Amino acid sequence: MSKIVLEHIDKYYGSNHVLRDINLTIEDGDFMTLLGPSGCGKTTTLRVISGLEKPQNGRMTMDGRPIINAEESFFEAPSKRGLNLVFQSYALWPHMTVYNNVAFGLKIKHMPKKELTDCVTNALRVMRIEEYKDRYPNELSGGQQQRVAIARAIATSPKLLLLDEPLSNLDARLRIDMRAELKRLHKETGTTIIYVTHDQVEALTMSTQIALFKEGEISQLDTPLGIYTNPIDLQAADFIGNPRINFVNGTALYDGGELHVKSSLGEYHFPQKDIKLDEECPLNEAFDCVLGIRPETIEISLENEGHKNTVSASVYASQPAGSETLITLTVGDAELLAIQIGLKEYDVNQAVFAVLHPGRMNVYNKATTRLIKYAHTTQP
Amino acid sequence: MEKAKQQQKPFSWVRIKNQVWGVLSNPFNVIVFISLVTLFCLIIIPLFTMVRDTFTVAKAELRQMPGASIGDMTLFYWKYLFATVLGTSVFLPALGRSLMIGFFVTIISMPLGALLAWLMVRSDIPGKKILSMLIIVPYMIPSWCKSLAWLSLFRNQTAGNLGLLAGMGIPVPDWLAYGPIAIILVMSLHYYAFAYIMVSGSLRSINSELEEMGEIQGANKVQILKSITLPLVMPALLSAAIMTISKSIGSYGVAASLGQFTGYQVLSTLLKYFLNGTPQRVGYVISILLIIMASGTIIANQKLIGVRKSYATIGGKGTRSNPMRIGWAKWPLLAFLVIFLFAAMVMPMFALVMESFQLRTGAGYGANNLTLYAWIGVWENRPLPFLAYDGLLKNADFMGALWNTVKLSLIASIITAFCGQFLGYISTRGRGKWYGQLTEQMVFLPYLMPGVAFGAIYFAMFSQPRLGGFIPSLYGTFTLIVLVSVVKHFPFASRSGTASMMQISPELEEAAEIAGASFWRRIGSIVIPLSKSGFVSGLMLAFISITKELDLIAVLMTPTNRTLPYLAFEYSKNMPQGADAIAIVILLFILLCYTVANLFGADVSKSM
Ligand SMILES: Nc1ncnc2c1ncn2[C@@H]1O[C@H](COP(=O)(O)OP(=O)(O)O)[C@@H](O)[C@H]1O
Ligand SMILES: [Mg+2]
Repeated sequence: MSKIVLEHIDKYYGSNHVLRDINLTIEDGDFMTLLGPSGCGKTTTLRVISGLEKPQNGRMTMDGRPIINAEESFFEAPSKRGLNLVFQSYALWPHMTVYNNVAFGLKIKHMPKKELTDCVTNALRVMRIEEYKDRYPNELSGGQQQRVAIARAIATSPKLLLLDEPLSNLDARLRIDMRAELKRLHKETGTTIIYVTHDQVEALTMSTQIALFKEGEISQLDTPLGIYTNPIDLQAADFIGNPRINFVNGTALYDGGELHVKSSLGEYHFPQKDIKLDEECPLNEAFDCVLGIRPETIEISLENEGHKNTVSASVYASQPAGSETLITLTVGDAELLAIQIGLKEYDVNQAVFAVLHPGRMNVYNKATTRLIKYAHTTQP
Repeated sequence: MEKAKQQQKPFSWVRIKNQVWGVLSNPFNVIVFISLVTLFCLIIIPLFTMVRDTFTVAKAELRQMPGASIGDMTLFYWKYLFATVLGTSVFLPALGRSLMIGFFVTIISMPLGALLAWLMVRSDIPGKKILSMLIIVPYMIPSWCKSLAWLSLFRNQTAGNLGLLAGMGIPVPDWLAYGPIAIILVMSLHYYAFAYIMVSGSLRSINSELEEMGEIQGANKVQILKSITLPLVMPALLSAAIMTISKSIGSYGVAASLGQFTGYQVLSTLLKYFLNGTPQRVGYVISILLIIMASGTIIANQKLIGVRKSYATIGGKGTRSNPMRIGWAKWPLLAFLVIFLFAAMVMPMFALVMESFQLRTGAGYGANNLTLYAWIGVWENRPLPFLAYDGLLKNADFMGALWNTVKLSLIASIITAFCGQFLGYISTRGRGKWYGQLTEQMVFLPYLMPGVAFGAIYFAMFSQPRLGGFIPSLYGTFTLIVLVSVVKHFPFASRSGTASMMQISPELEEAAEIAGASFWRRIGSIVIPLSKSGFVSGLMLAFISITKELDLIAVLMTPTNRTLPYLAFEYSKNMPQGADAIAIVILLFILLCYTVANLFGADVSKSM
């Protein structure tokens, strides 16, 4: 059980500034996901936390105990941090059987034989790989190796479990199974988990908290729902969510009270309480903005039922996929992707009505690409 | 600016203490430090010492330099070689001969090796499987064995003992039996291996579809070879040519044994001539020149080819390789192969074996001329008055040399293989860091130096006490022979060590580190078990190479620490049967080792 605090962590490789002033608090029992595209410093962060890399600046504590203090060149040894790490490559020792791979850390700790056997067997059982205990890693499938790697990490009952893209080498089916498995593991053991991934679906489905990385910085820290409804900038909005968010260009004017946005969808007036006031937002001056509209917030009806924000649209293409249907609409010169549950049939160029919900839209300042107006998770 | 930010930290004793402790408490740092110091002492300092010695006065030359005292700065030795009649009259011809030999050996062995490689990899010549196994055998025969075999065929009255041809009444002139032609042919039959191994590697990486495409476009076989295959293997061929030049210029054993009866001196033999005589330090100067010539070509090669080399593997995705049909040409080519194998393998072996059983060399194989004297004879009962030694098995010299050889090969190869893994570990873990690069560069140096020149460096360094007696004179000791053998084999051993360490991802060790395993525990339970097979194959190849080594230790030999190759060289002067018998013993031993090494999966071509 542990609470981890990272403060002002800087990591350089030569002159390459890989981590830039990372500040992060991970509460006891969190499932914290570090999410970001490849090369943004997620693995480096994990290696700094585990002690395999030494940052040039910053501090780290676990439950108040100092672990890193770069000012004093103090770095606790990795093995004394009470954590364990699952590598992206799994890093299973090829010359040891599954049993010995899992038992290695416990043997190092000189655990009595009886207890050791129990611990290993328990870890193997939790990961459901007991029957493979006498095999060598190269005699296992990718998914099984993955389980061994996790079993090895949890056998020592670490207070903190670090996972580096553990599912990226698995095929799509296995990945979904393992997501459920990991989530269950987190619930059952209550261990604090830091999980690295570039897959936003994994992040959204598993985490309690997500730290969004961008070029060595944490650009946003929030719950999955928070990140999903209000991505901090255009890039994040584009990255998170599948199918992708719709962007519609418009012009905005902020008069100190309301934000007025004009676009091909019509004109909206957003109340001040939804405005993100700490962002750059010119006063009484028109500026370019971008509306962010999630596909699931767009309703489609065949009749105009008189909702306030109904626009007429035409079906460009529809893709029924069994459980859901993706419909591409054109509204004026804007193109919108909508999603509906179940199998729906639309004809190409069919005229329909789209019901929009401005309260659930994000507004971004086009110049800074930053979020300036929050969306609500439900229609107010 | 960012760089500056990293460094702006206020001074703090605690930080200094933690930093020092962080460095010292990590055994890896300590190990890196120790090995850098060791490499520096074993490679850089001896080289530097020899260079410095060529510029300082030695005791032996005091008489020739009135007013000078020992240790004074002087250009005497350099001037002696370049600007005195005594020097230039031997040096310039030797230089010319070395260059000429290097040139012709390359001219002959390049096409030879390349043709063999192409036939074995890309053609549909019959019996390919067995032929490609046989083709590598001549390379396993040490080059000095080949010169013994040459002598046993071509020796004439000049050498005292006749060879096979002279014995049959065929007049063999000196210019054929000894000197440049003999040296060039024997070396070519040895160094073809560079071209063969490099070109066949390159050919194997070329997708045959590239050639087939040419065929579809309507090119004939010669056009395809000329405009598709040849350009693709060109980089490999050039590298091989450079290696061949560099090796043949520096080679000692062949030139020494084939030049000894007519006083034909090349640079490497001149080096030994001066080391054993005076002024000794002129030998050091020649050693420096040899090193510059050999390393210059290799470094130039790396600079020139380095970039272009990469395209040799373009299209190397497919391992699919359809042999090219060579039609009627296969028969003359097959005949050529058989002649090659006969000349390079069968004939030398035959000549050596038969001669070792002859009473008088060159006197035919009649029953009255066959004897086991060279093997089990006793000098007191010698059948002919001029036989100089006991037969091998009754001969204390041989037993001593055998024991020395076995002892040397075992001890040196174990140390070499161990150090190789160790250095490989440091270079792979330090890849991209200063100490990793420094290690790689220092380890690479002995590779650039011809064996005889490297021997001269150790001769210069250890033939007198150093550091005011702290390091005693090691000349004539077994330790020195072991040391020089180990260090000379560092490049090869650390390459094989690096290859086996590359297989062990650092994450395997990091996983153990997180589990709480100490550095030594990680080495013991992760690194050593996983590098075991690399260690064994490195050990075997080093063992073979050290067993047959002559050039490297030739200048360091004294009667008590002679090894078999050197003893064979000595015997070849006046007791060829004895030399042949020794060569046979070594050949059998080496073939046995190669077979065993092959069973363990070692790649013979890596021992070059
Ligand atoms: N050992 C290293 N030496 C130099 N640069 C490195 C090293 N490890 C990572 N980097 C660099 O640091 C950056 C972040 O890498 P990483 O943390 O692995 O990214 P991610 O895991 O998010 O894909 C990359 O630009 C990478 O090139
Ligand atoms: Mg990564």
